[in-house]
Parts: sequence; C-alpha cells; structure tokens
Amino acid sequence: MFQIYCPYCEELREEEEFHPKGQAHILRPADPDACTDEEWGDYLFFRDNPRGIHHELWVHAVGCRKFFNITRHTVSYAILETYKIGEQPSVTAEPSVSEAATATDDVRQGVRA
Amino acid sequence: MNQQVQRLAQGGRIDRSRPLSFTFNGQTYQGYHGDTLASALIANGVDIVNRSFKYSRPRGIVAAGAEEPNAVVQLGASEAAQVPNVRATQQALYDGLVARSTNGWPSVQKDLMGLVGKVGGHFMPPGFYYKTFMAPASMWMTYEKYIRKSAGLGRSPAEADPDIYDHFNRHCEVLVIGAGPAGLAAALAAARSGLRVILADEQEEMGGSLLDSHEILDGQPADQWVAGVLEELGGMANVTLLPRTTANGYHDHHFVTLHERRTEHLADCAPASAEGARQSRARLHRVRAGQVILATGAHERPLVYAGNDVPGNLLAGAVSTYIRRYGVVPGKRLVLSTSNDHAYRAALDWHAAGHEVVAIVDAREAPDGNLVDAARQRGIRVITSSAVIEAKGANRVSAARVAKIDIDGFRVAGPVETLACDCVASSGGYSPVIHLASHTGARPTWNDALLGFVPTLVDGVHAAGGAQGIYSLGEVLADGAAVGARVASVLGGSAEPLTLPACEAISESPACALFQIPHEKPTLRAPKQFVDLQNDVTAAAIELATREGFESIEHVKRYTAMGFGTDQGKLGNINGMAIAARCLKRTIPEVGTTVFRPNYTPVTFGAIVGRHCGELFDPERYTALHQWHVENGAEFEDVGQWKRPWYYPRTLSGKPESMHEAVARECRAVREGVGILDASTLGKIDIQGPDAREFLARIYTNKWAKLAVGKCRYGLMCKDDGMVTDDGVTSCLADNHFVMTTTTGGAAAILEWLELWHQTEWPELDVTFTSVTDHWATMTITGPKSRQLLAELTDIDLDRDSFKFMDWREGTVAGVPARVFRISFTGELTFEINVQAHYAMHVWKALFVHGEKYQLTPYGTETMHVLRAEKGFIIVGQDTDGSVTPEDLGMQWCVGYDKPFSWIGKRALTRSDTARRDRKQLVGLKPKDPKVVLEEGAQIVFDPNHAIPMPMVGHVTSSYYSPTLESGFALAVVKGGHDRMGESVYLPMVDGSVHEAEITSPIFIDPKGERQHV
Amino acid sequence: MSNSAMSRVNLYDTRADHASVAAETPLAYSLQRSGAPAPSAASRVVLREQAFLGHLILRGGAIVLDEALREVLDIGLPGRPNTLSWDASGERSIQWLSPDEWLLIVPGGEAFAVERQLRERLGDASFAIVDVSGGQTLLTLEGDAVPELLMKSVVYDVDPSHFAVGKGVTTVFAKATVIVRRSGESRWELVVRRSFADYCYRWLLDAGEEYAIGVER
Repeated sequence: MFQIYCPYCEELREEEEFHPKGQAHILRPADPDACTDEEWGDYLFFRDNPRGIHHELWVHAVGCRKFFNITRHTVSYAILETYKIGEQPSVTAEPSVSEAATATDDVRQGVRA
Repeated sequence: MNQQVQRLAQGGRIDRSRPLSFTFNGQTYQGYHGDTLASALIANGVDIVNRSFKYSRPRGIVAAGAEEPNAVVQLGASEAAQVPNVRATQQALYDGLVARSTNGWPSVQKDLMGLVGKVGGHFMPPGFYYKTFMAPASMWMTYEKYIRKSAGLGRSPAEADPDIYDHFNRHCEVLVIGAGPAGLAAALAAARSGLRVILADEQEEMGGSLLDSHEILDGQPADQWVAGVLEELGGMANVTLLPRTTANGYHDHHFVTLHERRTEHLADCAPASAEGARQSRARLHRVRAGQVILATGAHERPLVYAGNDVPGNLLAGAVSTYIRRYGVVPGKRLVLSTSNDHAYRAALDWHAAGHEVVAIVDAREAPDGNLVDAARQRGIRVITSSAVIEAKGANRVSAARVAKIDIDGFRVAGPVETLACDCVASSGGYSPVIHLASHTGARPTWNDALLGFVPTLVDGVHAAGGAQGIYSLGEVLADGAAVGARVASVLGGSAEPLTLPACEAISESPACALFQIPHEKPTLRAPKQFVDLQNDVTAAAIELATREGFESIEHVKRYTAMGFGTDQGKLGNINGMAIAARCLKRTIPEVGTTVFRPNYTPVTFGAIVGRHCGELFDPERYTALHQWHVENGAEFEDVGQWKRPWYYPRTLSGKPESMHEAVARECRAVREGVGILDASTLGKIDIQGPDAREFLARIYTNKWAKLAVGKCRYGLMCKDDGMVTDDGVTSCLADNHFVMTTTTGGAAAILEWLELWHQTEWPELDVTFTSVTDHWATMTITGPKSRQLLAELTDIDLDRDSFKFMDWREGTVAGVPARVFRISFTGELTFEINVQAHYAMHVWKALFVHGEKYQLTPYGTETMHVLRAEKGFIIVGQDTDGSVTPEDLGMQWCVGYDKPFSWIGKRALTRSDTARRDRKQLVGLKPKDPKVVLEEGAQIVFDPNHAIPMPMVGHVTSSYYSPTLESGFALAVVKGGHDRMGESVYLPMVDGSVHEAEITSPIFIDPKGERQHV
Repeated sequence: MSNSAMSRVNLYDTRADHASVAAETPLAYSLQRSGAPAPSAASRVVLREQAFLGHLILRGGAIVLDEALREVLDIGLPGRPNTLSWDASGERSIQWLSPDEWLLIVPGGEAFAVERQLRERLGDASFAIVDVSGGQTLLTLEGDAVPELLMKSVVYDVDPSHFAVGKGVTTVFAKATVIVRRSGESRWELVVRRSFADYCYRWLLDAGEEYAIGVER
C-alpha cells in the first residue's frame, strides 16, 4: 500500500485515492497519419518494464483529479519523487548505479517462507 | 480430578480469587484469571495437547508465546463461534472456554494415524506428498480430504459468525511494535517529544519479558517500572496504547496492519458493551507510520536432540515464564540443556519453586557467569561440555540421556548417563524476531557473535533491544531509549533524554554455537530429532534432502515443508539452516537466509473483511426514484454499483408474472402506447469552455463543428487503438456549453479519460468537465402516446416541427424546471425529461397521475435491452468487448474520416489488422425456429458438420425474444458478417443440439427510423 | 463583453418552487428504511442533514475567481490546498478541491442568483460554474467521537491534531467517496453524492453504534 505525495494537494495521501495509468512521458505523435503502422503500434502497445527507476503516470482520482508523474524504484518500491505534468523528472538513474543495484539484489534475494 | 496439580500456592500474575472453568477435549478443568489456556493446561497436568502433523506423535506445550508450534487449538463452544489455529499460549483463559486439539483423529489419546506414524519414518520421507500423492493427479482431491482430516489444519465454522469486526485507519509519526523493555523505553522517549506514538503489543499485558523478570529496576521489581511507564504513556494525548494487538504485516511505505483482539479474552462471542452496543470482536488497524521501531524481542532457539518432541520438552525461557508469570511448574524434576548462561534462570526458578533440578547440562567447557555461580551455590549439579542427547519417554519425558559432546566433530565424546526426570528444558540461544523487517523485503544478515540473524532495515525502520540481538536488560533499556530519541529527532521532535532506571549488571560467560546435538547413532538412524515441530520436519529429513541434491535452503524448505504454514519457522528455521550447513559443509550464511511473509500469526477472516460484509459489502447506488421502484414491486439488476429496475412483475389473479411475461407486456406498452424508464444512472458530464467543441471533435469519432444550440448528437468514442470504448448523446446547450451522456458503467472512467487527454496532451484547450450524473434525474417516456402525455404537463411546444427528433428544449414539467431531450433508445417517439434530482419523485408521480389514461407502463432494463436490440442499437460492453471498431459495428455513418484533427482512434483504423475484411462484424441473427432464443455468448460456426474442433467464427452478443416480431432474435459478431447477409450460420450447443440462424441486418424493426420522427 | 459571454453558456435555474413542488433530499428513502435513532445524552456523535443547500462547482484561475467571490459574497478563495473558508455568517463556504476547482456552498435558493452574479463579474475570463445542488448533500457530524467514527470510515488522517478546523479533503469513505470538512472543534461535515447517500448513511449508523450515534431531524 503506497503513500504518494500529490504535487497538487501538496501532501502525502493513501494509495486508495489514486489510479495508476502506466508509463509516463508517452507522447501521442503529433501527426498520427504520418506514422507507419510500426510506429503507431509502438506508441500504442510497447512500454518499458525496467528493473529499477521507472517514471509512471498516476491520477489522484479520489482527490484533486489531477494527473501527475511518479519516479518509482520497481524493486524497492521507493517513490523517489512526484512531479507535475509538463515537468521533467530529476531522478533518472540509480544514486550510485553499481552499488545500489547490488545492494538491492542482495536485499531482495532470500527464502520466502 | 480437576485439581491444578502443577499450580504453585503463590506467585505469578494470576488472580487465585477468580477461578475459571474451561473445557479441553471434552474434559472440564479449572484455571485462574490471568492464565493463558496453555498455562491452565499445564497447571492441570495436561501433557498431550495435540498429535503431530505427519507422524501423529503426541505433543505437549513447548513455548509460552506466539512461537508455540504444538498447542494450536480449535476454539469455540458453538458451531458459529469456531476459530481454528489459535495458539493456546496466546489465548487468555475465560470462564466457559471450550477448546479442542486441532490434530488427532479420532482423539489425541488414541490416534488412528499413530499407527501410520509409528512406521511413518519409512513411509513419510521428505517430499512425501510430492512422491506419494502425485499420481494419478485425479486422486488428489481424495487424498487431500484425508490428509486434511488427519493432519487437522483446523476447520472453519459451518454457521454464520454472530460477531462483527471492523477496521480503523490510523496515522502516527512513530509506531512501536512490542512493549517489552526496549519498546517501552523507545515509546516513552518518542512520546515525550509530543509526536503521535502508537505502541502495540500482542500479549494480554504490556511489559514483555519484564513481567516474569528477576531483575530489579530502581530497587523495585521490574513490573513496577512497567506500571509506571504505562501510566505515563496512558496519560499522554499523543499516545495510543494497543494491547492484545499483533503487528502481522509490514507493507509498503510503513503501512502496518495490526490485529487487535478486543473481546477474545472475555468470551466466545463478543459481549455487548456497557451501553448495550455491539462490540467488534477484532479490529484491524491499518496504520500509516512515519517511522517504525521494531521492539519485537527474540525467540529462544530449542536444541535439536533425539526425542525432543516428547511432551515435557520445553524451551528454557518458557519454563521461567510459566513459573514466574503463571505460578505453574511444568513438572517435578528438571534437566536443563543449554549453550548459554541466560537459560540458567529456568533452573533457578525451578529450584526457587521448591522442585528438583536434576542437573544443568552445559555444552561449554567452563561456564562461569553470575547465574552459573548462583546455580552452583544452590547445590545444583552442573555438567559441562555435555548435552542432553536424547529424551526418553512415550507420552511424557521419563529420562534424559546426557553425554559429553564434541561440537566441532559432531560426535558424542563420552559415556552416556541417564538421568531420571520429567522435564527437559533446552536453550540454544536466541533468534531476534525479524519477521516484520523481512516483510519489507530486506534480507537479514547473519551475525557470528550473536549466533543469529539480525534484521536489515530499510529506511525509516528501526530495531531496538532483542530484535537486533541486544539481550542484557540494561543495554536493552538504553538501546530502546536511544532509538526512541533518535527517531523523534529524525522527525523533528525533541525531548529531555530519558532517565533510565538503575539496573543490576549480570556478567555472562559467552555462549557457544549449538544447534543439533550429536547422537551415538548417525542422524539418519538415530531416534527422531525434530527441527520443525509443527510441520514434523526432522534433522534426518534435512540431511536426506541435502543428499538428494537440494543445496539451496529455499529448495530444502520446500522439499521438507520446514517453516510452512502458520508456524512460519519461528523456532525451527535457524536450526534447519545450521543442519543443512553442516551437511553441505558450509557456513550458515553460505547456505542462505530466511525471509518471512505476512502474516506473522494467523488473522481471522472477519478482521480482514471488517464491516464490508452483508448489507455493507459494497455500495448500492440508488436513483432519486428508487423508493418508487421498490414500492411498485420492481426486480432489480446490478449495473455497476447501481440498482436499476430490471422489470416490474405484476400480480395477475394472485400469480406474479414471469420475467418473460412482464417484459412482453412492457415491450408492447412502449411500441403501442407509452412506457417510462428511470434513466438517471446514465453518466452526465457538463462541458464548458470556448474549446469544448474542438475537444469533442478530438475525442469522438464523428463531427461536432456544426452541431447547433438546441441540438443533440449521438457520438462514438474510441481508444487510440481504434476500439469502441463508450457511446452516448451529447447536446449543445450553448455555443461553449455541452452536456455529454455516457454509459451507466462508464461514467467515472470516461470523465477520467477526458481529463487524461485534456491534462496531459491538450492543456491549451480551454474546457472543463464536471460530473452532473447525480444532479440530474432522467425520466424517459417513450411510445406513440408519449407526446400526448407530456403535453398535459409541460409548457414546452411539443409540435413535431418545432421540437424535432434530436432537439432539446427547456421548460417546466409538472411545475419543475426541466431540460427535455427528443432522443430515442427504443426507436419510438421519446422524450427524456431531466430535472434536478430533488424533484424527480414529484415529476415521476405527476406523470403517473396523468399517464393513467394512457396506461403509462414503467419498464426496466430488460425491456430496454429488447427494444434497443430490435433497433440494432449497441450497448458498449455487451455488443463490444474492447476489440470492436466502429467499422466492425457497421457504424461508418458515425465516423468523421475527413475531420481536420486526427481524432482518438482514427489512425488505428487503417492499421493492417484493423482494416482486415474478415474481422468479426456486428450483424443480426434470426433463428430458423422463431421459438428459439439463442444463448448470449454462444459460439458460431459456418459448418456444423466440420470435425471437432470446429473453426469458430463469432459469438452471440445480445439475444432476446421479441414480442413484436413474435420470434427470438439476436445481435452477434461474425467474421466477415457484413458480406454474408442472408447466409446461414450454426450454433452448436452443449447438449449436442445445433441451432441454425440467418445473418440479417441488426435492425429488426422500422429500418428507416420513421417511428422516432413522428 | 459579458453579455455575449453569458450567451455562450446555458444559464438555467433548475430549482423549483418548494412551496408547490415536493422536494426529496438524497436521504429521504434512507431515513424511512433505516430509521433515525434519536440523539440521547449518551450520543457521542450527532448527525444532521443540511438539506437543499446550493452547491456550485467553480472552475478557473484563482485570482479572477477570488476577486469575483469577494465582490459577490465577501468570501476570499482559500489559498492553500485542501482548505475552506466561510463568510461572516458562516452560511456560505468555499472549498479548494483542486488547483482550478472549488466547491461553493450557499443557502438553498441562492445558487442561481450567485451563479448569475459571478458570471456577470467574470465576464470573458476563462472559467466555468456548474450547479450540482441536486447531486449531493451536506451532513454535519457533531460530538467528541466524530474523529473515531471517521477513522473507521475514511483513509485520510482525521486525527484532530492533524486535521485542523478549516481543512477539507476529498477522500475514500468505506468503498465510496466523500468530502470531509472540519467546521468547528467538534463539528465536522461530509459532502456525500446523492446516489451514494444511502450507503454512507447506513455505514455511519453502523460505525456510529458504539458511540450511540443519534440523528437529528
């Protein structure tokens, strides 16, 4: 159950109030009719599924009804920042790539009872 | 008979003036207020509390807390009050408590499965289930029934639970889990800074180990200090104390679920409160914390020796707890086997209770701490470099076999001495309780000095005291206070540092690493040495697993079932890993680690459900006319969360109409006279702004540029993949003002969809969207006589030339300001009357007063479906499923191919797959036999004689009987259907019959649409 | 020109004359079906419906709306997210719902006049006003146990030390959505959608039983 900082409400709110809307920064091609089938198919159907930093679009559905972006670590589930539509993320890579990645790997591998 | 033979005359935290009566396995016993079920059973000399899971061996109580593996009971005097999986060590005794052993069929004393169990060592090796019950797979259900019955995993009640449960959403800056010395000190340090603190503890009383401690704090017994701290905390407005509350799950971002047992210490079923209100039996606190302090303490590790499961084998710490907290001694003659000083307390307590300590068997060569000295001073025999290698006895320990051992060589190093005794207590050291830290996903790390795993802590989670391997009381208190103060300062709080109570220093000699005790015979041939008592996993099973090639501890666990189920490896996991490490000649951290999952202890389903059950299971959304529908006998249909009238059966000569009869009558009324539908559930979105029209043109498939004020237009909405997602009529109220209707189920999603595009792609468009679904009530009157009826109630000019089809007008209806829309979902002359919902009932009733002479007939969703399907009007979500384009629907008339903006969905329509000619297309189906109503969802084939599997070419999406056509009819999607008009298709049914149907236009009635224009 | 601006939207008074037309609040059916326990001395929560108020949704830029509101109703737009303010009489309130959306609640019968005056003041500015009076209702909850009752119902942090007087949020209530506002030390308000009102009412009676909830009619 996440706790998410809504950049419009300017406070942390419970996940139940939000809907996830998939990968952020997917721009609709300006001239769809100029796209090849392949390009249009990429826009429609293909999304990243990274292990690590991911930028996601969410909406504060039960709240201010505003869409915004989240930078989230898909392994630790840490939300590293939230930012408004039209803004760019400030976190785009692991703090110190090699160390953090190994540390996370170590932390997450274990015996599930 | 019912004497408490093992009860001390004095001592303990029980109230001997309040005797309680309880029943266990049909026998009635006495205990005292303050007892747990376990302490009361021990007091009464009940040795066998269960039969083991796999081998059906008799088992007794081992522990005094949540880690108890054996005394898992079924609770409840009545069928409705049955609760499975209760640990007797955690269940407070109350008068009239009824409990049964979970395992043992037909009884714990005489056990059928025991026969199997005696020889079961050979029949039930590790991987037993996988090996034995796998084939044939079809038999699994049969096996499972008997395995469950004999293994006794508890059973759920067969009657409805009379109790209620609820949820509580809490927020705090600091959540402290565990109210032992570390937790109390941490909570007090944090609370004095004024931060909101929640302190949760799973026991009946807060205080943890201090409740049975020997130690003196500030010159007073430790429990005095506890009382003082609790009094201070209880008086602080910023502190919430939650006793009898287990932190069972640690979820993302410091969201912790706490399970509070509110009345389970009082009675089977929750008694009413003093004010007579119902009380919830259990409450699930959903806590969002800023920071969390885990003060969960440590569990003592038992030693693994032969016969260590015979009743009378206990943890050393449990022995102390039973004596000091409950005033019961679990035997007469004790042998203690230990690897550390701390466990000496059990022998000292036993001795102080006036019972005989036969010997303390210490694996170390020269233990010399204060407690060791104390034991020697009392004349207790201390045997060093030795261990109990085997406990003898069948239903109760009768002797301990003791020998010198060579730990490194893993062998017995001297002659065996047999000591007669009835209790063997063991201690192999302590394992910090790291379950909650594990739930965060962090892997614990092995600490060689502590001989245990310590938690790895994610940001914002802290451990204090025993939970991170600090065991001496003075250090535990200091650690708790320091962690509490540190957390407070992280959160910006500050307070005077806590003055810690003065505490005597006890010197302890170092513990040694001891897990499995060697036996004279090799492990595979020695009497069973149990690692996991609940799942009946032995040291031999683990050794065998490693021999069979299982090297990863994860695989060993799955193969042997170690740590499974409700036990979650609380006692056994570390010993199991140590044994695997020994067999694989590796170190414990090399073998792997152990991670635990929620829940820490079993949680009753009632607490998970809370009040979301029965009439409050899910919201029921009502229109403003709901009461009328109820009073007029409507049957209801769920549409999303809405309750919509489905049909209105009349009672004719004492007999209610069937749905078929009611729908036929309602259909005829609409086609021949006038009917009325409550259409208030349709989504309605108010759209304002100079760019409203442009926005509509982008979001809908059709054109909006020229829609004049006073006009309505049907629109189709696609996703950008070209698939239809919603439809509805949008009306132009003014140049910059529209009202859009959506499907009932799609209202919220479509509003979000509009916002998505506006906020993320086209913020430059000046337009706003506001839901007005609930503001307006919508009453649809439809049928040839609808104009006559409405004319009696309105000041609007209803003349067909001034108020045309697809126009809307403002005016009053029955004295209420209204917007009336001339749109039609039935194909008949229709007026949709919209009024502010407060007045809906007034208008509706007025329509019926005037409608009587026209036999105004209310109709429900079923008739609505028949009428619209006769006209070939689709229902998005029924005739479409997210894979249907406007062209598949034959609705090219509703697509603006040449609009300037490449609207949502347009580009996809020319993708190769979307443009295929043989896509499934919407058509009508007319069964050859008019009496047949095809099944919705039925698959369609072209050739019924084709060998199975037949190529399936489509399916029925809507199907009804039409009283107007006097025939069944259907809408369906069929491959290339638009080019197959007049052809026959076939629908093979489950019963082997095959229906034949003709592909037709989906419009069955009034194809030119003349009736709605009259 | 404000006249042309006015003509570009449909301004329509949907309120009927309550003297001749029977109006029903969203709780009309619930009160009959589920009853209304009378408040007693033991009641730690008392529920009251403020029926038939005017509810208007205001959309647009904060600065222009603030000016218009001050002129028309003498209330300033609340500046901070999730807050609300009242006029001097306490009968009119304006609540932040979103950076460009506010909820204005006025006494019954005033909504249309207020909307017209605001539209006149706002003229050609970019804004929207929508009357939603028929679609929601205001419930007040009074008593010392209201925070506890709300903790059983909403996911938002309603601890009085965190939820100051003058705060208002849209949040999850059981499995529905409500607006929660705090209008006094022990006085709270819920804005409930009409179609969910019965569910919310039944939930409140159920959750409030342990606080001897009473309903004032």
